[in-house]
Amino acid sequence: MALSLDDVKRIAQLARLEVTDTEAHQVLAQLQAIFALIEELQSVDTRGIDPMSHARPVALRMREDHVTDGNLRELFHSIAPQVGAGLYLVPKIIE
Amino acid sequence: MIDASLSELAQALSGKQISSVELTQLFLERAQRLNPGLNAFVTLDPEASLAQARAADERISGGQLQPLTGIPIALKDIFCTKGWLTTCGSKILSNFIAPYDAHVVELLKGAGAVSLGKTNMDEFAMGSSSETSHYGPVRNPWDRDTVPGGSSGGSAAAVAARLAPAALGSDTGGSIRQPAALCGISGLKPTYGVVSRYGMIAFASSLDQCGPMAKSASDLAVLLTAVAGFDVRDSTSLERPSEDYRRDLDRSITGLRIGLPKEFFGEGLAPDVARAVEAALADFRRLGCQLVDVGLPQSRLSIPAYYVLAPAEASSNLARFDGVRYGYRAPEYTDLRDMYMKTRAQGFGAEVKRRILIGTYVLSHGYYDAYYLQAQKVRRLIAQEFADAFRLCDVIMGPTAPTTAFRLGSKTADPVQMYLNDIYTVPAPLAGIPALSIPCGFGDTGMPVGLQIMGDYFQEARMLGVAHQYQGTTDWHRRRPAGCD
Repeated sequence: MALSLDDVKRIAQLARLEVTDTEAHQVLAQLQAIFALIEELQSVDTRGIDPMSHARPVALRMREDHVTDGNLRELFHSIAPQVGAGLYLVPKIIE
Repeated sequence: MIDASLSELAQALSGKQISSVELTQLFLERAQRLNPGLNAFVTLDPEASLAQARAADERISGGQLQPLTGIPIALKDIFCTKGWLTTCGSKILSNFIAPYDAHVVELLKGAGAVSLGKTNMDEFAMGSSSETSHYGPVRNPWDRDTVPGGSSGGSAAAVAARLAPAALGSDTGGSIRQPAALCGISGLKPTYGVVSRYGMIAFASSLDQCGPMAKSASDLAVLLTAVAGFDVRDSTSLERPSEDYRRDLDRSITGLRIGLPKEFFGEGLAPDVARAVEAALADFRRLGCQLVDVGLPQSRLSIPAYYVLAPAEASSNLARFDGVRYGYRAPEYTDLRDMYMKTRAQGFGAEVKRRILIGTYVLSHGYYDAYYLQAQKVRRLIAQEFADAFRLCDVIMGPTAPTTAFRLGSKTADPVQMYLNDIYTVPAPLAGIPALSIPCGFGDTGMPVGLQIMGDYFQEARMLGVAHQYQGTTDWHRRRPAGCD
């Protein structure tokens, strides 16, 4: 698989990472080397093998749908970059 | 006092030979004096630590003594600490004061331990050398031109230089064991799910596990007993009865079957590391253990599988750092999307960005099955191979890292070379099994070598016993680097 410069720019967009052209070129070479390492996986016969997503065969616990930690809005807002009227503030997205 | 074990410190505290305030002052003084040359700590707050020490002294006077009461413990900067900066080695969290304590921090405080400070680390625990920290590289106390390993390099260097009696670290692909090996200390990654991840900043959630780092296996057992246990706030925390991990320390290891995977002794292993590990295996044979050959042929696939799974999970976990709710926000931007793009571009370092890009790619449309799903299948093959091996042996031993500590900057330009450092440490977290590293000698340049001991699920107590019996007949774990008096 050959990773292209366009791929790097596309995934950087998906990952919400601004990259300059110079950075994209540098990263491309590094990612190509890393994918050469990863490519070995393709040679393994895994027919009939279940994917392993968790180290132990356990199911996620369910719980009652009720608040357990109280109203922590002020505490959480105290460390936010920008808040107002009890809300997180971001640049306007609807004109 | 700086070389004392945790149980010796507890005895000195209960016998009133020293107070917690005096002990905390002793380590704070050392940390302040020696840290400039090591960069092991990123946050020290003597006033807060001493306040905790005073409270511990009151508990001790009141006779409420638990094994860690009054003992200072250093915390990797990945653990949220209420009122203290928690940066995870990143610029993006450079102003983040956690609004709550991690579960393990709560447990330590509940036991009366003193939080000594926060230790430096690779950014978001992504690294094997502690060089990717936004706050500068950590230096190895045995040779300050070499790396301490990573990502828990600050915790390892702090314990090795006796700036702290013990520390907490985290291990995703080797981040406790590899720095323990490179700094000549002991470190344990428990079975996945044994220690709560609540409040431990997530890197790769199906692999991340908190564990103890200390001078000896018996100290690891004390610290693990204090931090392990079920926590409802971590959805993958295991509901099991709590354990005393000290219970097998004095158990005989005569007849113990030690599995040796030839894949851990082949190409890529430095001769001086091989010599030290083989000498340790000869010691175990003298202690009455039986050495048996086991095969882990799929372990060669651990690095490729890990470098799909861990970046995939990281790219998802790190999506939360967007400059909206906490942490760094870029000073200038045109709209919301630009704010995200610039905040993340400025807030993350090069290695973190690389892994986010790898992860985003392997999870993207058209590549998920070929990479992510395939890596998860290979992960099961690796886990099955360990299960087969543990039918033939009680523990598996081998080197922790292929070489001793390498020189600062020597591998930063080549990510693949850096990743290959993890060759012996990555298989255990993929399988989810516990693994530890203890010092077993020194290489050609006088740098420490680590012996890795892996066990089946929940065999921590037995493994710690095996390590303790070895440390009862050797003194590698008592060696202290020069210049750390």
